[in-house]
Amino acid sequence: MSDPIISVERLGKRYRLRHRHDGQYQTMRDAIVAGATAPFRWLGGRRRPKPTMDDFWALRDVSFGVATGEVVGIVGRNGAGKSTLLKVLSRITEPTTGRVELGGTVASLLEVGTGFHPELSGRENIFLNAAILGMSRAETARKFDEIVAFAGVEQFLDTPVKRYSSGMYVRLAFAVAAHLEPEVLIVDEVLAVGDADFQKRCLGKMHEVSRGGRTVLFVSHNMAAIQALCQRTIWLDGGGVAADGVTADTIRSYLASSGSAATAAHGPVRLGPTLDLVRFELSPNPVVSGGAVDFTIEFMARSAMKITDFALLIYSPLEVRVAIVDLRPIGFPLAFAANERRTLHGAITSLPLVDGEYDVGCGIRTSDFAGDRPGLHTLTVSARPPVGGVVPYAPEYRGAVDLEFRMHAS
Amino acid sequence: MILTVRLVIEPGRASTDYWRDLWRYRELLAFLAWRDIAVRYKQTTIGIAWALIRPVLTLLVFVAFRRMAGLQQQMVPDAILVLSAVLPWQFFSSALSESSASLIGNTGLISKVYFPRLIIPLSALATALVDFLVTLLFLAALMAWHGVAPDARILAMPLFVVLAALLSLGLGLLMAALTVTYRDFRYVVPFMVQLGLFVSPIAFESAQVPVRWRTLYALNPLAGIIDGFRWSTLGGQAPLDQRLILSSLLITLATLMIGTWYFRRTERGFADAI
Repeated sequence: MSDPIISVERLGKRYRLRHRHDGQYQTMRDAIVAGATAPFRWLGGRRRPKPTMDDFWALRDVSFGVATGEVVGIVGRNGAGKSTLLKVLSRITEPTTGRVELGGTVASLLEVGTGFHPELSGRENIFLNAAILGMSRAETARKFDEIVAFAGVEQFLDTPVKRYSSGMYVRLAFAVAAHLEPEVLIVDEVLAVGDADFQKRCLGKMHEVSRGGRTVLFVSHNMAAIQALCQRTIWLDGGGVAADGVTADTIRSYLASSGSAATAAHGPVRLGPTLDLVRFELSPNPVVSGGAVDFTIEFMARSAMKITDFALLIYSPLEVRVAIVDLRPIGFPLAFAANERRTLHGAITSLPLVDGEYDVGCGIRTSDFAGDRPGLHTLTVSARPPVGGVVPYAPEYRGAVDLEFRMHAS
Repeated sequence: MILTVRLVIEPGRASTDYWRDLWRYRELLAFLAWRDIAVRYKQTTIGIAWALIRPVLTLLVFVAFRRMAGLQQQMVPDAILVLSAVLPWQFFSSALSESSASLIGNTGLISKVYFPRLIIPLSALATALVDFLVTLLFLAALMAWHGVAPDARILAMPLFVVLAALLSLGLGLLMAALTVTYRDFRYVVPFMVQLGLFVSPIAFESAQVPVRWRTLYALNPLAGIIDGFRWSTLGGQAPLDQRLILSSLLITLATLMIGTWYFRRTERGFADAI
């Protein structure tokens, strides 16, 4: 336990971004021209290339250790270096600086279904994919029935996988990967697939794997899954480690940072010809699902007018309206004199929305305008801590609202 | 799959157990070769017959050409003489084309999973070898039909097949690795193959090459390989110039060394460059 199975020291990965005129690839002509002009380059000293301008460090100075049996989550925005880190750890790409020491076999599920061939049957693909992931033929044969049962594709074993539904395809791919037995398992965002039932099985399998003393690195945008599976989480930001510690703490600071980015100040928003919305704040943002949210709304009238209806509207990422806060009962209509400002303070006492990013807008009717204004604010709802050790489903399978419930005594 | 030593990943560090890894992944090599063969014939109606159609048509064209040019020789039926050159040539050319294109044809694998990258061009070579073995049966049938029997020299035949395999592998590794960075080489290989067909002893025999061109001619490593294959299958009815064999051998070894060296040197960057 004391000896780390993964130790990463000052790891850095640089990508060279070349300025290319046309295609995606470097052509031989470029190389020839560069090679032929290289001896003369010193002549025109001022046209010396500035290589650092084109360097991009996907990882810089990343250090951490993972002990045997630890399940570590990795979170971060897109482009923060998560995938690059996993690629270095699984030896797909070489680091530029630093050093990694691995004390056991590593298998990575960077993308399920890698190497699946659409023309081959399910049976054939199981063997092929297992070989690609480093499993021996004998081992695959031994686990074959288990894999097939896990994927639930018994009837379609001899059908080419191109005729599979996308769900079946992914289930089969994950099933193969889940039956690998490496000492370190690297998982990148595989749980975003399949139906709710399959997700449950995947999470269960991950639980089983981690309880079996296996070391797991788990990258996901699904905070609920990370909270349920990982004791420790590393937050990568801009190629470096921004936080490394107990999952709940890391996730809280990660969400707080993404929240602050989303609440960048807007200028006044015009609501019709005579009214401006000068301030609109929600706090806390992010809010834990089920918690309370304070809101502050400040209006300014350009000339004398009246607001008759006002409501806050909450939209899902798919732009479906999921909730409304109807403010009419608090004393509308509200009359304004020219240049008068009014502020409304209030709180949504409980916001049981499923974790995710929501868009908050308003619906308004005034003496000279009526309409909806979505997109005023982004509200991040984070997962509530799992109850009774039960792993929540992925957000997209939980609808929009997590309803509260209680059981009657029987 | 028990790895007891600690694995260290560092920049510029060529993995010390690369060759052992290659051995460990030998099943993957077989699976990839099998995949390519299986997939090729999955949706075709006449399946493996395609492996025969190419040499047969090439054979007909060359026999007709020799007849028009009055190149026929008396000792061996023309069809056999030509086919014994077409087969090693097609083995070499398809192994070269397929291994050169193999890396960019497996981009998904290279950027997602680790395994010794040599597996990919090697499996392309294995695929070509299987096709070659099928066509070899065709040659045997043709020889039986014409009553041409090989003698003890046939035992040397595998050596020339190995030589052709190593030459195509060496060149294929170089081309495959170069293609990852410079897509230009996608156009170089078909051109090389096309040119090679005319400067190799397929439509003609090496003895017909004028003496003053012999030195230049010997620079084509396939001349020795094809002549050797002919010599060994046709029971010595085709002459063999030892200098051609020696030249083939040296060029093949040099190509294999350069190809392997360049491939190993650039391999670590494939996932980033592809």
